[in-house]
Amino acid sequence: MNKIANRQIMCETLLEQAKKNNDLLVLTSDSRGSASLLPFAEQLPTQLIETGIAEQNIVGMAAGLAHSGKRPFVASPACFLSMRSIEQIKVDVAYSNTNVKLIGISGGVSYGALGMSHHSLQDIAVTRAIPNLEVIIPADRFETKAVFNYLAESDKPAYVRLGRNPVEDCYSEELTSFEVGKAVTMQDGRDLTLIATGETVRVALDAALALEQQGLSVRVLNIHTIKPLDQQAIIKAAQETKLVMTLEEHSIYSGLGAAVAEVISAIPQSAPVKILGIADEPAITGKTKEIFEHYGLSVENIKQIVTDYFRKNG
Amino acid sequence: MVNLQKKALEIRKDVLEMIFHAKTGHTGSDLSCTDILVTLYYDVMNIDANQPDDPNRDRYIQSKGHAAEVYWAVLADKGFLEKEELKTFSAYGSRLIGHPNNKVAGVEMNTGSLGHGLPIATGMALAAKKNQKHYRTFTLLGDGELAEGSVWEGAMAAAHYQLDQLTAIIDRNGLQISGASEDVMRVEPLADKWRAFGWHVLEVDGNDISALSEALHQQPVTGKPTCIIAHTVKGKGISLAENQAGWHHRVPNQVEFDQAIAELEAQLEVLDHE
Repeated sequence: MNKIANRQIMCETLLEQAKKNNDLLVLTSDSRGSASLLPFAEQLPTQLIETGIAEQNIVGMAAGLAHSGKRPFVASPACFLSMRSIEQIKVDVAYSNTNVKLIGISGGVSYGALGMSHHSLQDIAVTRAIPNLEVIIPADRFETKAVFNYLAESDKPAYVRLGRNPVEDCYSEELTSFEVGKAVTMQDGRDLTLIATGETVRVALDAALALEQQGLSVRVLNIHTIKPLDQQAIIKAAQETKLVMTLEEHSIYSGLGAAVAEVISAIPQSAPVKILGIADEPAITGKTKEIFEHYGLSVENIKQIVTDYFRKNG
Repeated sequence: MVNLQKKALEIRKDVLEMIFHAKTGHTGSDLSCTDILVTLYYDVMNIDANQPDDPNRDRYIQSKGHAAEVYWAVLADKGFLEKEELKTFSAYGSRLIGHPNNKVAGVEMNTGSLGHGLPIATGMALAAKKNQKHYRTFTLLGDGELAEGSVWEGAMAAAHYQLDQLTAIIDRNGLQISGASEDVMRVEPLADKWRAFGWHVLEVDGNDISALSEALHQQPVTGKPTCIIAHTVKGKGISLAENQAGWHHRVPNQVEFDQAIAELEAQLEVLDHE
């Protein structure tokens, strides 16, 4: 049982990188605690900039800092950063091309009991429609570390979503590299493909295990980069396997599933796409696992849908 | 200062020609802040078209991005682009669009959405402080723009970080697209608001280049950003557009254009005899 949250890994990785490069700055909107950045604030106080609860200003300031050669990471709750600041992200970061890393913390339904105001279930939809903005969601602590090492070196604007609570590992060990825009085949298979991102990658792996026990061969694709999207991996999945199912901690609209469907819709004789995600309603409140199960992001539901599909379609 | 007054009239002529040719533009907004841009670019700022990326250059962020024509005209005159290119303003595929665009050297950031300039300028001024650089950062805001909440988020942060090398200039022409800014959304008491946010405030005649020059050359108050409330006339320089909200983005017809150019030339002639 992993007890280390991805945000703690973010803090450790950024601390390590920031000690090597004093242009690396972290900006917080009264969010240093919720971002697990207290050790950073204590050890590198001159590299942490507090902006108060002002999500438009934090992104504008970060753009101004980046324009002057700094490497700012804005760590602010995903629900606010991807909505309240979205125009600054579009204009000051993406359009002006400033090297700002936007870290949406406590993403998805991490703040499960706090209600729709604190859920970020539209962030993939809005960020992936903005040109010149990478959109990345790491699956576990190992991938989080690799992503932040990548971000520290990259000169491109990016939005990254992190969950709040520790998640089970998807990888068995530290990753030696991270290739942005390249899907990871967590396991190969011939019958169907489960495509997931972030915290649903673990769900996909667990579901794959259960389906294999029923004799199905399951491919699991981890789309850690929503944008740029690895279209080739998706096309291959749609051509080489008979069913594609997407799993996301996001509205069923305009997220990972939609992105996958957009790619596959142009491919003749491709597998159908089944999109699993959060229904188009103010999401029910509770713990992440409860919310996932409520909306069918569970091993049982996936098993049911897949079994029904193969019973009807051979 | 006579030379700068003449420069401002020449820039106004360029602005009118661009707008008349393209049949689009923000005539009233351009003319109200022309003297501010001329003072900044010809008298105050340390900038060089041959070294647009000089890390020690002064920074200018035009938060009221819609007054793009005057910005293009000044940048062209300063050598950041060929004057000939002004003819492409708003044309298909042109770099010279209706808002500042950093494809053109000299433009630091893309603007157009109001309320963005001050947070960005605050970040730049903070970077200067952290990098121990001494450049100044200027941002020009419209008065209608002051209804944007992000302006006040930036104002708070700039004072909090004691950014005394930051100057915000308010183009206080009193008019916006729907009418008088005091009717659309009251901003007064404006100087008190900025003082309450921790800024040093100056008020000047924003169409008087000598007054602007004096204000912009003043030593900053240590630890405080400076706000210059520049009282201007929307449409300044051509009588038919002065103080007319309707001229916010109106394009002159041939008769109006001829009259406007004639008025500007008459003013130039007066200055020639001084």
